[in-house]
Amino acid sequence: MDLQNQQRILDAVEKYGPENVVVILGSSDAEGAEIYAETVSNGDPTYAGPLAGVQSGLPVYHIFEQDIRDECDAAAWEEQISMMEMVLEPDALAEAVSGIRAQFSKYTL
Amino acid sequence: MSTVGIKGYAYCLNHAPELGYHYGNTPYVEREAKGETEFLKELPSHMQSYEDARDYAPNQAYIGGLTIGDLEKAPQPWYVNRLAGSDRYGSYGEIMPEDEFLGLLDICDVFDIIWLEKGFAASVRGKLAGSPVMNDHLLARLEAGHTADEIAEETEHRKAIPLYFGGHVVGCARNGHEVDDCLFAYVLLENLACKAGGVLALLHLLKNTGLAPEEVDFIVECSEEAAGDMNQRGGGNFAKAVAEIAGCVNASGCDVRSFCAGPVNAMITAAGQVASGARKNCVVLAGGAIPKLYMNGRDHVKKQMPALEDCLGNFAVLLVPDDRTNPVMRLDVLGKHSVGAGSSPQAVTTALILDPLERAGLGFMDVDKYAAELHINEITLPAGAGDVPLANIKMTAALAVTKKAIEKADMMAFVKERGLPGFAHTQGHIPSGVPYVGHACDALRAGSMKRAMIIGKGSLFLARLTNLADGASFLLEPPSAGKATVSALSKEDVKNLLLEVLSELSEKLS
Repeated sequence: MDLQNQQRILDAVEKYGPENVVVILGSSDAEGAEIYAETVSNGDPTYAGPLAGVQSGLPVYHIFEQDIRDECDAAAWEEQISMMEMVLEPDALAEAVSGIRAQFSKYTL
Repeated sequence: MSTVGIKGYAYCLNHAPELGYHYGNTPYVEREAKGETEFLKELPSHMQSYEDARDYAPNQAYIGGLTIGDLEKAPQPWYVNRLAGSDRYGSYGEIMPEDEFLGLLDICDVFDIIWLEKGFAASVRGKLAGSPVMNDHLLARLEAGHTADEIAEETEHRKAIPLYFGGHVVGCARNGHEVDDCLFAYVLLENLACKAGGVLALLHLLKNTGLAPEEVDFIVECSEEAAGDMNQRGGGNFAKAVAEIAGCVNASGCDVRSFCAGPVNAMITAAGQVASGARKNCVVLAGGAIPKLYMNGRDHVKKQMPALEDCLGNFAVLLVPDDRTNPVMRLDVLGKHSVGAGSSPQAVTTALILDPLERAGLGFMDVDKYAAELHINEITLPAGAGDVPLANIKMTAALAVTKKAIEKADMMAFVKERGLPGFAHTQGHIPSGVPYVGHACDALRAGSMKRAMIIGKGSLFLARLTNLADGASFLLEPPSAGKATVSALSKEDVKNLLLEVLSELSEKLS
């Protein structure tokens, strides 16, 4: 995961507290989504970035998960996201991220 | 309708594994930060020989040694199923070996940056003399070289960086300034390699089109490098520097930048100048990027596969006024990713594909091939970046479904029929649509295709200036000879038509 993005997450956690931050991923690849999800919830597994060793327990979701979809405006979803549901594999992506969340996230929406 | 002819094109690769191993950004930064790590120790055993790179199907497709149809038929993984009997030269260009490329760097160097060892210089002189695009003027630019001791003195005491071939130091890139980091040896080497790639593409373009260097009017360069000094780090001008080496004495030029959207923007910039009559012709060209060599090497080593990112890509396209004999670029319906268009894939695809089609009165099915982000999937998939060209055509198909242009059940048929396999190296600006111009123009000339769309997308946000991305697109169509056009009507035709209408009118009135 991009080191600058790791820093942004760390800054947000320090400013607002982990119970008030939710990470929503838009990754197109399930394997990549798992690594991002692990990085933001349990620390950078490559120990390369600012989140190395930071077990923040942040709640992490993929945009395609139903919980997130329920939070979205239906018209905006149709206009911005619906096309990508046909392109990517929403179920596999949702499953990949929810699996990591079950392991490492200490907080929920 | 405003159109510009595409008279010719050239596509070349410079095989550069040792430049990549030492100066590709991923290995270079790792070495600087952590020393000789396990990755760096393991990488050499994953590096490909010149023959491996030459026989890799996507590389042959890039230089015109293999058709897109044949690439699609070639079984993947291509790095396992190497081609037999492939050649250094294809119909568009060549895959140049690394020692000759180091010689070309010296030929393109006008500031004594590159020093080659005498024996090595003599050896590459002999090899370059056999190249169909080299000439005495260019070969005379290759210096006799320096002793190994002189080179060692430069690298050990004057901040020069060594150049390698066969694991040995065969020269160096010298430092340009004590404190100005825009002129450090690494930056100068990177820029010179980009310039040399542009020169090689231009030389092949001149050969492919029969155009004399003196006939080139203007060059637009569109790589992603920045040439300058600490007071103006992106001052430029690669285009003019390339023109000088190739002997284009009557040309001038300028650079266009927009990350990976640069080439499509440059094509539009150049075509606008030709269509307006401001230039007799324009060449659009770019060389490659040393930092991107082995960019995903860590993943390739981890997955125990060849480290495929060992080639610098380059290309050149010649735009001329539309004389109805060449395939054309349409300027009346360009795709533009405007500032307010939004950044979701849906918004981007709409701006770059649907909007221009609608303005042209065309539908999704009126374009035979959509060419966007043509990265080789065997490079990106192991790195978790997906199959980029496949994702692009899937997005186009999905948009067609949302617009009810096709049924959802036909989505994958659309993808298969109108998409392309990626055949360009992950060199940023190189994969972005333009590598397909050559293959598309061949098909448009042959009559086997009626329309292609070339799409460029650029990640502007990487520069921390804006969060926006960029994108642009244009349509390619067959030569218009044989089609009735307004300009083809004679005065006599118009006169007869008017007489006919007046006669009908007078009959009605009477």
